[in-house]
Amino acid sequence: MIEVKNISKTFGDRPILKDVSGTFEKGKPNLIIGASGTGKSVLLKCIVGLVRPDKGEVLYDGRNFFEGDRDTKIEIRREIGMLFQGGALFDSKNVEENVRFPLDVLTKMPEDEKLDRVNFCLKRVGLENVNAKMPSEISGGMKKRVGIARAIVNNPNYLFCDEPNSGLDPQTSMVIDDLIQDISEEFSMTTIVVTHDMNSVMGIGEKILFIYKGEKLWEGTKDNITHSSVQELDDFVFSNKVMNSMRGK
Amino acid sequence: MLTEIGRYFIFIGHLFTNREKFKTYYKLVLEESVSIGIGSIFLVALVSFFMGAVTTVQTAANMVSAFIPKYVISQVVREMTILELAPTIIAVIYAGKVGSSMSGHLGTMRITEQIDALEVMGINSISYLVLPKIVASILMYPMLVIIAGVCALLGGYVAGTIASIISPFDYVYGIRSSFNDFFVTFALIKSVVFAFLVASISSFKGYYAQGGALEVGVASTQAVTNSVIAVLVADYLLAQLLLG
Repeated sequence: MIEVKNISKTFGDRPILKDVSGTFEKGKPNLIIGASGTGKSVLLKCIVGLVRPDKGEVLYDGRNFFEGDRDTKIEIRREIGMLFQGGALFDSKNVEENVRFPLDVLTKMPEDEKLDRVNFCLKRVGLENVNAKMPSEISGGMKKRVGIARAIVNNPNYLFCDEPNSGLDPQTSMVIDDLIQDISEEFSMTTIVVTHDMNSVMGIGEKILFIYKGEKLWEGTKDNITHSSVQELDDFVFSNKVMNSMRGK
Repeated sequence: MLTEIGRYFIFIGHLFTNREKFKTYYKLVLEESVSIGIGSIFLVALVSFFMGAVTTVQTAANMVSAFIPKYVISQVVREMTILELAPTIIAVIYAGKVGSSMSGHLGTMRITEQIDALEVMGINSISYLVLPKIVASILMYPMLVIIAGVCALLGGYVAGTIASIISPFDYVYGIRSSFNDFFVTFALIKSVVFAFLVASISSFKGYYAQGGALEVGVASTQAVTNSVIAVLVADYLLAQLLLG
């Protein structure tokens, strides 16, 4: 479980996050949603430690990330897998080398075991016989899958996904969403997904945190998101034409 | 500017903290060495050859007195090549070729979140990405300077003898006459310092690039400009310290 307590962050004189708190549960996808520019990616970066908040705490199963010593930070970081918006695959490495990279750098696993693990992860995300391809030779959806394979190859306890569906067609988006949900349950990971895609919200939103102008305005599940009394959330949810048509019915 | 210099020194400090396994660096240093060294040989050799040729022709054009022996031409070419042309002028070219490439590579990694990916894995991205570049640069640049020196002297020989400016005997005699071997040591000391400056400044600029393709281009330009300025300042300071 990941707990976020009173996170605030300001860039220059512009407040981005204002006293955000929340709990992210184990074994299911936790979603951070909100319109573009509301601070959800900054919140994710604060949680994984890429951005240091001005105030507040992030607790990984009770371990304080920012207050902990360097060894604790490294220990926590090595339990993290992350899927970036653009995949963030290393251009100079092929698919197999990309997925194997965390094992090469962070473990002393024998080479044959590494290869087995890489192939297992690639198969798990539905990719086979692409080991030798370079990132520039595969599609956007495949890059996301390779990114997921790289994120889970080291058996992380925590999985973070920043806009996993951006730039993907609706069908591939659904595949990626299902994959994230299945992997979270199968490997019992604490997963946090940042998205503004309502299809993802309605598909895998077991636990949702809504951010508006740097503040957490609402917390709930996909089942009660359409019945909230928060106007800003209603505006966000029903800005989608499909959702809006459902509202009419 | 002081903030920038402070950030640079903090950046250099991060190179040596929380490093990865030696084996990891060994492979990366080899890869960078091939890219930096082998990839630059042709350009360095070509530029040096013509630099030597032009220096010979221009030195000869300035030797108007019949009392100055011809072999002085190759002596001048030798001293200019070893002291300045090979280590310093090639450093400017090195900054343009290798420095901009390092900066562009790291800048692209930054804007495509590849550096964030390393950080999230708990890897010290500065040490992992930049240390091999600096080590490879320090290993390869002195070799490029030696190649540059040889090619420049060869260029001077070819230009001087083809145009009948100087006889082959006089040229070789001048090269060997009154040779101060400390100048070679001095050139190699300079080359190590310049290699460090170009690699570290270019990496620093690329590593902290922000924005998009335009900003990466700006970072590469700044990397070259700042590296060249640093090389010229260091050139003067080293000359004053070691020869003054």
